[in-house]
Amino acid sequence: MIQVNALAGGLFILTVFGIVAMRQVIGILRLFVAQSILLAGSACILGYEYSSIHLFVVAGITVFTKAFLIPWLLYHMLTHEIHARREITQVFNIPVSLFISAGLVICSYFMVRPLLNTDPSAFLRVNLPIGVAGLFIGGYAVIARREALPQLFGILTMENGAFLAGACIAPNLPLMAELAAAFDVLIIALVVGLLTRSINKRTGTTLVGRMTRLKEE
Amino acid sequence: MAQKIIFNIIQVLVVMIFSPLVKGVFDRLKERVQSKQGPGIFQPYRDIFKLFHKDEIISEESSWIFRFTPYMVFTAPIFVTLLIPVLTSYPLFFAFMGDMLAGGSILALGGFFATLAAIDTGNPYGAMGASRTRMVGFLAEPVFMIVFFTVSFVAGSTIPYIVQQAWVTPIANFFAPAHVLVMLAFLMLIIAENGRIPVDNPSGHFELAMIDESKGLEYSGRGAALMKWGGCMKFFVLLCIFLNVLVCPWGLATTGSFFELLLAIPLVLLKMLGFIVILVVIESSLSKLRLFRISEFMVAAFVTSVVAVVIQLIEL
Repeated sequence: MIQVNALAGGLFILTVFGIVAMRQVIGILRLFVAQSILLAGSACILGYEYSSIHLFVVAGITVFTKAFLIPWLLYHMLTHEIHARREITQVFNIPVSLFISAGLVICSYFMVRPLLNTDPSAFLRVNLPIGVAGLFIGGYAVIARREALPQLFGILTMENGAFLAGACIAPNLPLMAELAAAFDVLIIALVVGLLTRSINKRTGTTLVGRMTRLKEE
Repeated sequence: MAQKIIFNIIQVLVVMIFSPLVKGVFDRLKERVQSKQGPGIFQPYRDIFKLFHKDEIISEESSWIFRFTPYMVFTAPIFVTLLIPVLTSYPLFFAFMGDMLAGGSILALGGFFATLAAIDTGNPYGAMGASRTRMVGFLAEPVFMIVFFTVSFVAGSTIPYIVQQAWVTPIANFFAPAHVLVMLAFLMLIIAENGRIPVDNPSGHFELAMIDESKGLEYSGRGAALMKWGGCMKFFVLLCIFLNVLVCPWGLATTGSFFELLLAIPLVLLKMLGFIVILVVIESSLSKLRLFRISEFMVAAFVTSVVAVVIQLIEL
């Protein structure tokens, strides 16, 4: 069980790297679905080990919202944006981004080290650093990507990372909080999707990184 | 003692005899997947046989390096074969002569001479291919190192015979995240080192786009045969390292009986067939990367291996 959870963690970190390195939006969308399913799998294993019904519910909510609802919503709101086969611009080139992400992973391992000393459970050792790394790298993707949709996926990756880290720290979080978080994510996706759509309609592009002025002169 | 030497020689013979077959099956499968007829699986044997009976032409402008290189390319994989587990899971006579880094450096020596020979004749395509190979090579080198170090760190040894047991005892270790990441990084490495499709097109005939192939353009006759055979053996040896040491060290001979050794040959070939199918799927479903995208591919492999090290060092 520990090993399967570790495997899910290892694949999770790979998908997080993919979010930084992918060039096409459709690829990022697929990676995000895979990432959410891995997160749900990890939550199921933790729920079984800690015998906590909450984590199973969390896994169910995750699969429902993140693997079906959000991709479906975005797909129908922004079909053209997702299928556009152009390459996404980044502030740095992809090798530099990947190196920075690797640095962030190492950084997160050192950051959670003091926490691990207090509770050396095997699940905490896998989920906490990888979740924190997902949080960091998602944040980095928001900074480095110039397009609206990849930035949204950066935010969602941060959320996934926080979930992965949170599931092992607090296996018995009140269900209300989980529901609220899931609903929050849905609303974020909806709002950012609608915003992207209106930006695209108004200016013909979603390169929000280049939009530094409020008004055209 | 004498038995171990004989087994070692059998290993070398297996690598020499079956390596063109692996290439033949690979080419055939690839053509079939792309709904073409394709050459027979014994075509590489026929090619090598034909080339051995042809006249050899060597440029007057070339030096001894050009003449020496085919032998180097041909013998380097044979020396590596002595060091790695091909058929047996226990160390053979030469196993402790060198570790995995020694094997890597011997293979690199063959590649080094091939590069020099490509520049030697003054053919512009040769030099272009050689410099591109070096570009891929120096990007691949750190990945090689880190994969080896991760694997050796887990096993507490750099001898491949000892390393192969570490990941599968107990079997749960197979699913350790570090292992999965290392396997992925090494797979990307094999693709890059052998000039497979996301990095280089092995069946391309357009000199300007070639990376690996253009190094052997100047060879004819016996030299070309040796280069070709050496290339097949290098592929076979890398597959052996990947499958027998990193991925699935099952099906190898565990006792000293001669029958088990013979039984291991079809089992190893079967494992290779399984892996070749995966490679064929990769080759047929991806397109070749642009030259300056190769660095991204290799950095992805590097970061994968670095994350494997970090997870291995800090977490477990």
